[in-house]
Amino acid sequence: MPVFEYAPAPESRAVVDIAPSYGLFIDGEFGEAGDGKVFKTLSPSSEEVLSEVAQAGAEDVDRAVKAARKAFTTWSALPGSERAKYLFRIARIIQERSRELAVLESLDNGKPIRESRDSDLPLVAAHFFYYAGWADKLAYAGYGQDPKPLGVAGQIIPWNFPLLMLAWKIAPALATGNTVVLKPAETTPLSALFFADICRQAGLPKGVVNIITGDGSTGAELVAHPGIDKVAFTGSTEVGKAIARTVAGTKKKVTLELGGKAANIVFDDAPIDQAVEGIVGGIFFNQGHVCCAGSRLLVQESVQDELLDALKRRMSTLRVGDPLDKNTDIGAINSAEQLARIRALADAGEAEGAERWAPQCELPSSGYWFAPTLFTGVTQAHRIAREEIFGPVLSVLTFRTPEEAVAKANNTPYGLSAGIWTEKGSRILWMANKLRAGVVWSNTFNKFDPASPFGGYKESGYGREGGRHGLEAYLAGAAEPTSERRGYLPPEAGGQGEGEHDR
Amino acid sequence: MKQPERLSVLKTYKLFVGGKFPRSESGRVYEVTTAKGQWLANAPLASRKDARDAVVAARKAFGGWSGATAYNRGQILYRVAEMLEGRRDQFVAEVTDGEGLSKAKATAQVDAAIDRWVWYAGWSDKTAQIAGSANPVAGPYFNLSSPEPTGVVALLAPQESSFLGLVSVIAPAIVTGNTAVVVASQKSPLPALSLAEVLATSDLPGGVVNILSGRTAEISAPLAAHQDVNAIDLAGADEALAKELEIAAADNLKRVLRPQAVDWVADPGTTRLLAFLETKTVWHPMGA
Repeated sequence: MPVFEYAPAPESRAVVDIAPSYGLFIDGEFGEAGDGKVFKTLSPSSEEVLSEVAQAGAEDVDRAVKAARKAFTTWSALPGSERAKYLFRIARIIQERSRELAVLESLDNGKPIRESRDSDLPLVAAHFFYYAGWADKLAYAGYGQDPKPLGVAGQIIPWNFPLLMLAWKIAPALATGNTVVLKPAETTPLSALFFADICRQAGLPKGVVNIITGDGSTGAELVAHPGIDKVAFTGSTEVGKAIARTVAGTKKKVTLELGGKAANIVFDDAPIDQAVEGIVGGIFFNQGHVCCAGSRLLVQESVQDELLDALKRRMSTLRVGDPLDKNTDIGAINSAEQLARIRALADAGEAEGAERWAPQCELPSSGYWFAPTLFTGVTQAHRIAREEIFGPVLSVLTFRTPEEAVAKANNTPYGLSAGIWTEKGSRILWMANKLRAGVVWSNTFNKFDPASPFGGYKESGYGREGGRHGLEAYLAGAAEPTSERRGYLPPEAGGQGEGEHDR
Repeated sequence: MKQPERLSVLKTYKLFVGGKFPRSESGRVYEVTTAKGQWLANAPLASRKDARDAVVAARKAFGGWSGATAYNRGQILYRVAEMLEGRRDQFVAEVTDGEGLSKAKATAQVDAAIDRWVWYAGWSDKTAQIAGSANPVAGPYFNLSSPEPTGVVALLAPQESSFLGLVSVIAPAIVTGNTAVVVASQKSPLPALSLAEVLATSDLPGGVVNILSGRTAEISAPLAAHQDVNAIDLAGADEALAKELEIAAADNLKRVLRPQAVDWVADPGTTRLLAFLETKTVWHPMGA
C-alpha cells in the first residue's frame, strides 16, 4: 500500500508568546511561591524548556484557599444571570484566542495540533458556554428549589487534556457559585496560566479562580486543606484512592474521574472499515493518553483475521511526529516518566507471551516517542490486558458469543467506557445494558460533549462531569453541608476561620 | 385445681442470608434487652465470615434483581408493605420494647415505616425518569443517560430508629435494583430480624436483602474493606467508626454515604434513592 509523502505543514508558533517564567495566580495576581521554588516545563516533542513556573508550597496553597474563600462571599451572592455573563465572556474569549491556546497546548503537552485545534479547544469553549447557561437556571436542574454552592473547590487536573480538564472543572464550579483553587498537572501548567489571563480579560472578580502550579505534593496539600469544601480530581486511580482516604471523616464532597481499561467490542456483522476507524480513534487519539481509551480490543473470533489485517494496514498510515505539523496523527508522549511506563508495560506484554506488532515508523531523535503498537494473543491475565497503559498500545483479545464479550469486557476493576460495533440494534441495546461502564459508545468511540455526562463505575471513580448531572458535584443537596450551613464565617468577619471545617 | 398460666413460645431470632435463616457460623449470640434492661431475646452475634457470606449472596442476587423490570420490583416492594401491615402489631411490640417508646409513639413509627415502604415502592419505575436525561449533543448522535444500580450496598442501619430508620435505608437502596447487606441496630436488632421474615414471604428473591445482627463495628469492618461491595451507607456508624470505614472503603472506591443527622419521620426526599446509582450514557450515530 502506498504511503503518501507530505511536505511539512507546521502551524506557526508565532501566535503564542510564552513568558520565561510564571508565578502563581492567587487573588487576581501573579506572584512567586512563598519559598521562591520553581520548576521547568518542557516541550515533550523537543525537550526544549518552554518556561519556568512556581512550585506552590503549603503556605501558597493556604493563601490561595483564603483568597477563594474571601471571594466566595460575593461570588455566590451574585445573581446567577451575572455569573452566567462572566462565563459567556470566558467562552467567547477562548474562542477568540483558540489558535494561540491550541498551539500552546500542543507545545506543552505534545498532542497533534489537529487535535488541540479541532477537538480540545472547541470543546473547552463549548463547555464554558454550556455551563454559563445553567448559572441562572439551577432551580430547574432537579437539585432542589434553591440549590446552594458548596464553597471553595480544590481542583486537580491531569496532563492529557490540560485546558479541557480545566474547563470541565471550572465551568460547572463557577456556574453554581463556588470559587476554585485549581492545580494543573506538573508537566502541563501553561494553558492554565494562560487561562488566568483570560479571567483577567473577562473581568472576573479576583479570587474566584486561583491557579497554583506544582507537583503531587501541592495537590496533596490542597486536598488536605481544611478550608476547602469540595475536591474534584481527574487522574490516576491510585491517587484517587489516596484522596478518598484523605477526605474520610470530613464533610468535603468529592468527585473522582480516574483510570480505565475500556473494551472496544467488534462483532462479526460490524462494518469493518468504520470499526477500524473507531478502533484507531479509540486508542491512538491523543497518543492513547485518554482515561476512556479503547485499550482492549475484543474482536469476534470469526472476523479476527480480516479485522486485524485492515487495522494493521490503517496503522501503517499513521504519521508520528511534530505535534505542530498539521498532518501529524500521533504526537509526543507527554513525559519521559510516562514513556518509561509505556515501555515497561509493552515489554511486560512481550515477556508474558503476547505478540507485538508496530508499523515501520521513524521516530524523531529528540523528545519522547512511542510508535502505535498492537498486541495479539493477549489473555485476560496479561498485565497489558489488566493495567492502564495510557499510551498508544492496543491489546487484542477475542470472543465467540455476546455473553463472553460482556464477561470479558466487565472483567476489570475499572468501568469508565466501552465500545460496541455491530449492525444489530437489539444487540447494541442488550450489550449497552450489560456493560458496567459510565459511557458506552456504539458504532462510534471517544465522542465528548458538554451536554453529555461523563464518569465511571467501580474504580474509575465517582460523580459525573458534563450535562445536568455535572452540576450535582458542585451543589449541596437539601441535607448536605455547605460552608454556610456549617455556620462558617470568614476570619475577617469574626469567624474562627478554616479550623472548624474539619471535624 | 388452678390451670397454670400458659407459657409463651419464644422465637429464635436468626440471621437472614441468601433467603435462608442461618444461625451465625460462629455459634455466638448476644442478649437483647428492653430499654430498661429486661431480657427480650438472644440475637445472633454475626461474624466476619457471616458478613462475607452475605456479600456472596447479595452479589449472586444482583444480576436477577437489577435485571428485573422496574414494574416487577415495584410490585414486590409493595407486597412487602402488605406483609408489614399484617404484622403491624408485632413490629409495634418490638419497637416499644426495644426503643422504650410508648405504644402510641411506637405505632406512629411503624405506620410511618409501612407508608414509607409504599412510597419507595412507587419510585421503582420513576427514578430513571427523574435521574436520566436525553442529551442534546452538538452532532448527529443519539445520546441518552440513564441511572443504573451501583451493585452490592452495605447498609449500616441507624442505631436509634430500629424500624423506621431501618426501612428508610433499605427500601431506597433496593428499589432501584441494588442488593444489600444490612447491619441491624446493635442495641435493638429484633425489628430488623423480624423484617427478614416479612421479606422472605414477599416474593423478594433470596439474597436481595441480607440482614446481620451483632456488633456494628465488628461486622462493618469486613464489609467496608470487601472488594465485592460497591457502596456503603454509614447511617449507623458513629463519627470515629465512620471515618475508619470510609478509609477502608477507599480501597476499591466504594460510594460512601456519610452519616448525617436525619429526622426519620420527615419526608426523606430523593437523597438515599439517588445515592447508590450510576449514570450510564449511551451514544449512537444517527444517519439514514
